[in-house]
Amino acid sequence: MQIDLRTVSIQPLRQTYNHIADYLGADKAASRYVEATMGVQGTTNFHYRPTWDPEREMFDERRTAIKMRDWYVLKDPRQYYYGSYTQARARMQETAESDFDFVESRGLAESYDDGARRAALDFYIPLRHVAWGGNLNGGYQSAYGYGTAITQASLYASMDQLGIAQYLTRLGLLMGNEAELEAGKHAWLNAPAWQPLRKYVEDSFVIKDWFENFVAQNMALDGLLFGLAYREVDRKLNERAGPTISMLTRFPAEWFPETSKWVDAVVKATAAESAENKAQLQEWYAHWADRAQEALMPVAQLALGEEAGEALSRVRAQLDARMAKAGLAV
Amino acid sequence: MPNVFIALQRNEETRPIIDAILMDNPGAQLDEQPAMVKINVPGRLVVRKSTIEQEIGRDFDLQELHVNLITLTGNIDESDDEFVLSWIH
Repeated sequence: MQIDLRTVSIQPLRQTYNHIADYLGADKAASRYVEATMGVQGTTNFHYRPTWDPEREMFDERRTAIKMRDWYVLKDPRQYYYGSYTQARARMQETAESDFDFVESRGLAESYDDGARRAALDFYIPLRHVAWGGNLNGGYQSAYGYGTAITQASLYASMDQLGIAQYLTRLGLLMGNEAELEAGKHAWLNAPAWQPLRKYVEDSFVIKDWFENFVAQNMALDGLLFGLAYREVDRKLNERAGPTISMLTRFPAEWFPETSKWVDAVVKATAAESAENKAQLQEWYAHWADRAQEALMPVAQLALGEEAGEALSRVRAQLDARMAKAGLAV
Repeated sequence: MPNVFIALQRNEETRPIIDAILMDNPGAQLDEQPAMVKINVPGRLVVRKSTIEQEIGRDFDLQELHVNLITLTGNIDESDDEFVLSWIH
């Protein structure tokens, strides 16, 4: 007996949804990210205007000074929609968990140099509260922003900040005890070194324009803070007492360059849209980056001593270079 | 010039790789088959790391290609940045 195998190719009637095809220009297969992003923003049939802002619609492009013809050009180069985002974070979390396990099982926290431990706890624990501020700001951008391309990525960044706050909490519990968390909160509320940064974070809570909030949080503060905390201070602690803290801060250290790709893409697309956008972004960036640098100075001195000024200028130069590459004149 | 080709499974992971190959090889012909995509190119086919990274927005190791690779023809010249198929020795 002979069996012939034959394949039959069935062409699907359409490759994607009509509104995606309209957007991409042809009926070709679209990625899950594009399908989960394009045209998702609610635009019509809002029956009532919100009582808290009766001048505008529920979702309204006019809540920022930035003007875009098409808000969907602010795409996320990482192509995170719910599925790909949770998978990527699950992988990062697995690595972070095994790092915590490693430190715990080898007793690295107990054998850590005490002077360096004090320095690490004094610097990293109050940063929980900064990360919580980042969580709140991300939520604000996501709630009042326009266009799913940016609002979904803002929400993911917001959740990531919450995760970072939790990892810092665990760092505190592993390297010290619960009293350290209390002491960190006390320092955040009372210690003079932390007050400029606390003022910056609290001022960012009352920025009305959600895009300016994005500039103050994601571009200026995160841009400088993560470079300072997870590169400069981290290196210093490594020199003093080995890489234990580096292992415990692996999540934020890896999160920052990844998320920077998204921030840079948003800046690039917004600045390329019009000269007005570019000028507005530059004005905001200059204002908030200068303020953030000032606010971080006493904290940097806390961790780095007299090397603080130099380290912070290095971090600022890197951030300026990033923004220049994205199309801003800095 | 005789063709070289590469055949990949057709799924969400290979879509950006296929797009990148089509971008980097102007003479490429796409042969879509059930669950498989074959890309024929006269003479020389290049798979470029940088183009794939631009399509997927993350770092890509060219070795990841092999997870979804079904078959190929030609002599392979492989570096960290490029994966080239051709009949040239």
